Amino acid sequence: MVLDRLRRATPTKDPKKIPDGLWLKCPSCSKTVFKRLVEERLDCCPECNHHFKMPSGRRIANLIDDGTWVEWDANLVSGDPLGFVDGKPYPERIKQQQAKTGLKDAVLCGTGTMGSHPVGLGVMDFEFNGGSMGSVVGEKLTRMIERSTAAKMPAIIVSASGGARMQEGAISLMQMTKTSAALARHAEKGLPYISVLTNPTMAGVMASYASLGDVIIAEPKALIGFTGARVIQETIKQELPEGFQTSEFLFKHGQLDLIINRQDMKAELARIVGYLMAGRR
Amino acid sequence: MSAPFDFLDPLVKLEDKIAELEQLSQATGVTVLSEAESLREKLAVESRKLFSTLTPWQRVQLSRHPLRPQSSDYIDHMLEDYVPLAGDRRFADDEAILTGIGRLGDQPVMLVGQQKGKDVHERRRCNFGMPHPEGYRKAMAKMRLAEKFKIPVICLINTPGAVPGVEAEERGQSIAIAENIRDMALLRTPVICVVIGEGGSGGALGIGVGDRILMFENSYFSVISPEGCAAILWKDGAKKDLAAERLKLTGPELKKFGIVDEIIEEPAGGAHRQPVATAHGLKEVLLRHLRELQSLTVDELLERRYQKYRVIGEVRESA
Ligand SMILES: [Zn+2]
Repeated sequence: MVLDRLRRATPTKDPKKIPDGLWLKCPSCSKTVFKRLVEERLDCCPECNHHFKMPSGRRIANLIDDGTWVEWDANLVSGDPLGFVDGKPYPERIKQQQAKTGLKDAVLCGTGTMGSHPVGLGVMDFEFNGGSMGSVVGEKLTRMIERSTAAKMPAIIVSASGGARMQEGAISLMQMTKTSAALARHAEKGLPYISVLTNPTMAGVMASYASLGDVIIAEPKALIGFTGARVIQETIKQELPEGFQTSEFLFKHGQLDLIINRQDMKAELARIVGYLMAGRR
Repeated sequence: MSAPFDFLDPLVKLEDKIAELEQLSQATGVTVLSEAESLREKLAVESRKLFSTLTPWQRVQLSRHPLRPQSSDYIDHMLEDYVPLAGDRRFADDEAILTGIGRLGDQPVMLVGQQKGKDVHERRRCNFGMPHPEGYRKAMAKMRLAEKFKIPVICLINTPGAVPGVEAEERGQSIAIAENIRDMALLRTPVICVVIGEGGSGGALGIGVGDRILMFENSYFSVISPEGCAAILWKDGAKKDLAAERLKLTGPELKKFGIVDEIIEEPAGGAHRQPVATAHGLKEVLLRHLRELQSLTVDELLERRYQKYRVIGEVRESA
């Protein structure tokens, strides 16, 4: 294959000096890899399978059957309830993030089929302000869950977030309750909810919907936890255990059902949804 | 850096003077009552003035006052025939959350209260009010018990946050809090949450979902501590007073957002000056809300609880 030849020809010099961003340096194995190859492998390193952060649009294209995606609440944007200013006013910060990412906020929601199963899906995007959860993330996810409940569909949320959005204060905190309450009602109807944790899923997001899956799945080596490692380190003033707050750490401590490679995620999700929905027919 | 309670100094000085005069009049038999009386009046005026102009940061400081009434004080002064109930039936008894049944007037209630500890030993046992996952699981177990026997739940919130630590992460701090939030949303009995001191983020929310959210005047409820916010946004923990202002974390501000239903006034000079009167005041407030909630069917109760949270947030459709 042409790409394989290109990969073998990969120069090992500083990738920053290469124009057009054709090459990437893998933060895990430190090898310089051809960007196209990484993209073909769903944003995973061809050398070591390191899972790079995946843009929400590409994630949806990967998980949902071609031509079936219908996006919901695409134009929902945040207000500025606190009138928050930190260096710049919050609305300006939002505009900047929108320009940077082409997204309106940190989650895309909608419906489509996944291996022919209709599902409601929410996918967070870390690139938008660290995937932080404010009113828009809370509202879009809640609407997605409520619509899934009404349509008797499974709900799936792919998380990627540093936690609640500070610039919306306690209103962000209340999105944890709003989304969790919607999931409680979805569960009451006997409908499955699957939570997929990607790098990173932390704090307020992890302490709400991300932890409430009937089945909880993580991508390999994702950072997952409640309190950030730096804060814990400062508090206990001890070395943290090897691999602390990784997917594998959570798995060992009984908090995950599965760790699944991104390449296999759609097939596994579809299979699990099939099993959990089978009893309803 | 000023000491945390410098702003209370003028009141403390007046109090000292009054005490001095009273001692003098007792010791000498000379009546200085009128002078003491006028000082007492002045104290009341000054106190009202000071407390009506407190900054958000000063309220945060008061919420952390070492003498501020804790869950154990409310248990002692607000409830009768209290029966403490311990343990999560899975791993341990976390003393950072006290749970038990008592009578509030004639009304049996399940009390779930975060406890910081009053002396050095208790503080260590309570982990300074920072619960582990077993604390949240204990709270949920007792709330389930209350649900089964149709007993209303009173949650007293007072935590800087859930404990940051290796063991807490190993035992699923996130999962414990998340499951409480979800299960409290559908708990089939009235739930009233009261922020009695610090309402620190997810750690507060883990026992903080209910039909009513009440807050004491000098308490706060926030997504992050002012210190943490200042450190992240301005790389300067000293800007905590600015952070406290920006975060809109006090009762009146949170009431505007629909998060808090009522702000409970504290006795002159703050709750720590009169713990017993504060507890008696809370009892009356709780009984009033309980009467309202108990007039609803459980299904009405849960629908209203759902809608209370459903409408929180500020979004709009963009072009
Ligand atoms: Zn690699």
